[in-house]
Amino acid sequence: MATAEEVAKAAERRDVRDRWLLSAPALLVILLAATGPLLIVLVYSFLTPGAYGDVKWQFSPDAWVSVFMERDIFDDTLSLAAAHVTIFWRSIKLAVVTTLATLALGFPTAYFMATRSEKTRDLWLFLITIPFWTNLLIRTFAVLQIIRNEGIINTILLKLGIISAPIQILYTDTAILIGMAYVYLPLMVLPIYASMEKLDFRLVEAGYDLYATRFKVLRKIIFPLVKPGVIAGSILVFIPALGAYVTPVVLGGGKNMMLSNLIELQFGQGRNWPLGSALSITVMVIVMLALLAYVRNAGKSGVRHG
Amino acid sequence: MPDKPDRNAIEVVNVSKIFGSGEGQVAALDKVSVSIRENEFFTLLGPSGCGKTTLLRLIAGFDFPTAGEILLYGQDIAPLPPFKRPVNTVFQSYALFPHMTVADNIGFGLEMLGKPKGEIKARIAEMLKLVKMEALAGRRTAQISGGQQQRVALARALAPQPKVLLLDEPLSALDYKLRKEMQIELKRLQHETGITFIFVTHDQEEALTMSDRIAVMSSGKILQVGSPWDIYDKPAERFVADFIGETNFLTAAISGTGNGKTRATLKSGTTIEATVAEGFQPKDNATVVVRPEHAKLTKDKGDLSGTVENIVYFGTDTHIHVQLDSGEAFTVRQQNTRSAGCGFERGDKVGILIGNDAAQVLRD
Repeated sequence: MATAEEVAKAAERRDVRDRWLLSAPALLVILLAATGPLLIVLVYSFLTPGAYGDVKWQFSPDAWVSVFMERDIFDDTLSLAAAHVTIFWRSIKLAVVTTLATLALGFPTAYFMATRSEKTRDLWLFLITIPFWTNLLIRTFAVLQIIRNEGIINTILLKLGIISAPIQILYTDTAILIGMAYVYLPLMVLPIYASMEKLDFRLVEAGYDLYATRFKVLRKIIFPLVKPGVIAGSILVFIPALGAYVTPVVLGGGKNMMLSNLIELQFGQGRNWPLGSALSITVMVIVMLALLAYVRNAGKSGVRHG
Repeated sequence: MPDKPDRNAIEVVNVSKIFGSGEGQVAALDKVSVSIRENEFFTLLGPSGCGKTTLLRLIAGFDFPTAGEILLYGQDIAPLPPFKRPVNTVFQSYALFPHMTVADNIGFGLEMLGKPKGEIKARIAEMLKLVKMEALAGRRTAQISGGQQQRVALARALAPQPKVLLLDEPLSALDYKLRKEMQIELKRLQHETGITFIFVTHDQEEALTMSDRIAVMSSGKILQVGSPWDIYDKPAERFVADFIGETNFLTAAISGTGNGKTRATLKSGTTIEATVAEGFQPKDNATVVVRPEHAKLTKDKGDLSGTVENIVYFGTDTHIHVQLDSGEAFTVRQQNTRSAGCGFERGDKVGILIGNDAAQVLRD
């Protein structure tokens, strides 16, 4: 007969074993689908480019140098890679502006949805998610149809006689922003709505009762309490916006290169996989740093709610 | 203390509130009128769904009346938003702001009123002292107990020195002992601050022990307004008599009404003197109520006669249920002494004596 202690120990061992077995599929997926490819990218960034794409298995820091520096083709001196900096900056700017635009549009939308009756709320939620059913490219072309010179907006404005010549929206930064805001709006609305739905609206009443005007209630009570949703939404929008590819190309006409175009170029015509890999990792680091700063900052003002 | 004690703080004039529209519309309040005096502890008492909370919310400004006026010291506040009314609320759920400390919660109203920082600080300290929460000023509201949250909610609502304080069943979430403590505490706060309190509850005992005056509500109407004594001893309607305390209903023939009194001939044939609900002129037949503690059981012949059905011991008193010979039921509450038993046994033939000024004729 085993003693009680032995039985307990055996049970514990079994428990540990089961835990590993049960989590094995998840660990495998993470390893193969997430960490593995990332490691390959990291390794590639330290190799030499092959003549027809591909890589040569030979260590070289060149890719990393050329992420930030430009080698003058005549005298071999290094200078800051102005083109890369411009492209990075342009993409970051676009991601930030897109995040702000979706926040400005998404916050009131989420508030509106959360204050509807339970039944209509589901309908609004449904309407918000409908665009997800359509391919991104098709949605982007739909926006193009609306804003192009012969598009709906210009046609209506012309017919009404408000303008005499079509407004050039397509292939401008405005066009990119409109497209980005449209595509990423649901990603902002949904997390804010999730926070807003949990918001105890009696707190809003308490705010009004204690002499807070509507604006003050929004700023002092609603916003701090739905901040987790705002943070989540901003992250969800910022990250893909930074790497947006289709929308800037289609609506911006590809005039101004974005980060994603730059990276794509290295893997395509540029035939410089190591540089592409190094650029990809740089973007990842930027995103991580931005997130870290953002979450730190948001956490400092002390929301421990939700 | 007010120099004119009979001044009205709040006057509710013919207020109706209808929710919904068309077929599904519900009248939560039906032409309600009531005056609440300055510096009074006024209670709206009634079962859930009687409209008491709706009335409170109309006074607070969270809802707006469908018809009627709400006057605060003579000025109609019914159309004003809540943040423009010098009225504060203690919510049933407390509704403390979870992202703020206890002190910040208390100071919120003053901050919104744009008071200077120094004044706010001093007032917060004063309020913390008033509700005995000085030690926990820096805590978050999730880190304090229910009773403490209750105190903070009170302090927060009192801090801006409202003209009227509204309390929406604030004690219902507390356990029995804490509730008793807070009842006394609330009375003390009302006395110390001199602010008019309007208190909503469905707990008749709470209403009786705390209030200066009580309005009993049912189905969107106020049935009776009066002091706890009036409400308990002279209920005007069956609902009031039934809702507050325990009581015995008897049918009687009425004769010779005058001066607020009448003579009621009970089914047993005995005629007793009874008071009449205010402004009521009883016809031939009416319902008479007698509180169980206002009747006495005797082994001799009484005003009523019957058989003891059941005896229930309560510690301080004993309830003796009697089946009257007339077929009606009657309960007598008898104060206990240290003797074993109440002196009666099940099946005993007994008489019931109804004291002078113990019976009230209802308006129904």
